[in-house]
Amino acid sequence: MSLKAPPSPAESGRGRGGRAPRPRSRRSGIARLGPLPWIAPVILLILVVVIWPIFELVRTSFLNISIAGIVRGSAGTDKYKKLFEESDFGSVLVWTVIWTVVVVSVTMLLSLALAQLFNQRFPGRRITRWALIAPWAASVLMTAIGFKWMLNRTAGVLNTLMLDLGIIDNSRDWLGSSSTAWPWMMAVAVFVSLPFTTYTLLAGLQTIPSDVYEAARLDGSGPWQTYRHVTLPMLRPAFLVGVVINLINVFNSFPIIWAMTQGGPGYDTSTTMVFMYKLKETDIGESAAMSVVNFAMVVVLVLIFLKVSRWNEED
Amino acid sequence: MATATATRGSTARTPKPRPPKKRSFKPRTLVITAVAWLLAALFLAPYLEMVVTALRPKNELRDRTYLPQNFEWSNFIEVWKESELGQNLQVTLLVAGGATLLVLLVSLPAAYYTARMRFRGRKLFLLLVLVTQMFQPTALLVGLYREFHQLGMLNSVWTLIFTNAAFNLAFAVWILTAYISSIPPELEEAAMVDGASRFGAMVKVTLPLALPGVVTAVIFTFITSWNEFVMGLTLTTEPDKQPLTVGINNFIGAYTVEWNYLFAASVVAIVPVIVLFAFIERHVVSGLTAGSVK
Repeated sequence: MSLKAPPSPAESGRGRGGRAPRPRSRRSGIARLGPLPWIAPVILLILVVVIWPIFELVRTSFLNISIAGIVRGSAGTDKYKKLFEESDFGSVLVWTVIWTVVVVSVTMLLSLALAQLFNQRFPGRRITRWALIAPWAASVLMTAIGFKWMLNRTAGVLNTLMLDLGIIDNSRDWLGSSSTAWPWMMAVAVFVSLPFTTYTLLAGLQTIPSDVYEAARLDGSGPWQTYRHVTLPMLRPAFLVGVVINLINVFNSFPIIWAMTQGGPGYDTSTTMVFMYKLKETDIGESAAMSVVNFAMVVVLVLIFLKVSRWNEED
Repeated sequence: MATATATRGSTARTPKPRPPKKRSFKPRTLVITAVAWLLAALFLAPYLEMVVTALRPKNELRDRTYLPQNFEWSNFIEVWKESELGQNLQVTLLVAGGATLLVLLVSLPAAYYTARMRFRGRKLFLLLVLVTQMFQPTALLVGLYREFHQLGMLNSVWTLIFTNAAFNLAFAVWILTAYISSIPPELEEAAMVDGASRFGAMVKVTLPLALPGVVTAVIFTFITSWNEFVMGLTLTTEPDKQPLTVGINNFIGAYTVEWNYLFAASVVAIVPVIVLFAFIERHVVSGLTAGSVK
């Protein structure tokens, strides 16, 4: 199950004992060039759109650039100093950690339950599973705007519903202050993360052979015991991959907060990504410095992913 | 999807009888069914509310009701006349279509070669691709903005096509490589013995067999580019050059938000992708987790 790069041709295609398909002796002109004609376009696109911006990013963080975009010489490490001395920097950092940890943990826990549920046999399993993918397929921005509307003070359906159910006495401006905006935005982030995570865990569940369950049953293990001692340990690879991919996604998440509060009031509901975007309006150098910090964080998460996914293992 | 369930007795039966022969509604099954359907409704609810809002007449927008008294179906047509969103939809179509085509053109040969040949740097190439998938555009926004600003390519459809294609390449290369590797090369060799060229064998033999992978890559790229927001927001400034997501977001900035129009446009943008996604749902996980979970 837990896997690895696509198997290289020698192992997969040919049966054992088969020779690796070396480029054949009657090489055509193209074959002599080796892999380049085949993979160069991919590399080129990655260089221009992914690698170059990384370089630009770092460069910009050491420059003085006017709002009009004119470079006014080197800034040394001034932009980093300015960033770290921002009065909101500390709280933005703390909230980013809280945001990421809360959203990912709640997502993982709920997905475990959802995966278990949707792995059962019941009438309408296909249709209900299909409904589950809606927040995954739909634009996250539009979903977030939908929630913003549902939380609208005058006519939002969630306010109406909570009034009718007697949960609240007066309709509230949920997104107006950070103490209520954060939980709602976290809920939306969980909502849009659940489908992918649940499907990942469902895929993991399906790698568990049924005879393992049979054996557990014969040993007289109850459902909860079976879950803890058989299912959970065997689900570990899928679970870990789900955690890391969600960490990357949630840390990078921008549209939810941008659509619902724009990180405000002030910077009260900003993560470092939103903070970076807001700084871009006033000082692109400082914004770049924030981006470099964000990017470093992403690199750490990617390294963890590479370790967890064991992409490198071939059979 | 064949499933291994923990339900008692399921192992004794043949693995996957499509329509279960006898449906014994045990209380447990009943509870599971009820909860699952309830959850399904919950997941769809926000989108249904969007549909309801899209159908509200202007004078019922501020009403505290669950459903409007009159349904204004014409909102779905008026929105494209009353706003610039029609232009934005056009940009989105161009960007998503262009990016999908570019991804396919670029990733198919690469995936084919990587699946079929051993070459120096193969691992490195796959690593580069995988890492790109993990780097999302948000962290690189300032760099992207600076780069395309200097190239004088802000507000260009091409910029959005290139950037969307690049960030979706990884998924396509990865899933196509996995699919092509699973097709025995002997099939192609047989075709080549019969006189087909390597390229001919690839197009006539391998490609049709890898079709599920191709379809998955195509739909996934299209949907992701269709939904893309942050790069559109950063790399375009002129309203008529912006993709639909950005156009819809601009709606909120307006002094009075015309929610009915906003959601009429959103519904038009959302429904097709949910339907499309249903086709590839079962293949997507392996592509997104780089095969870590199958």
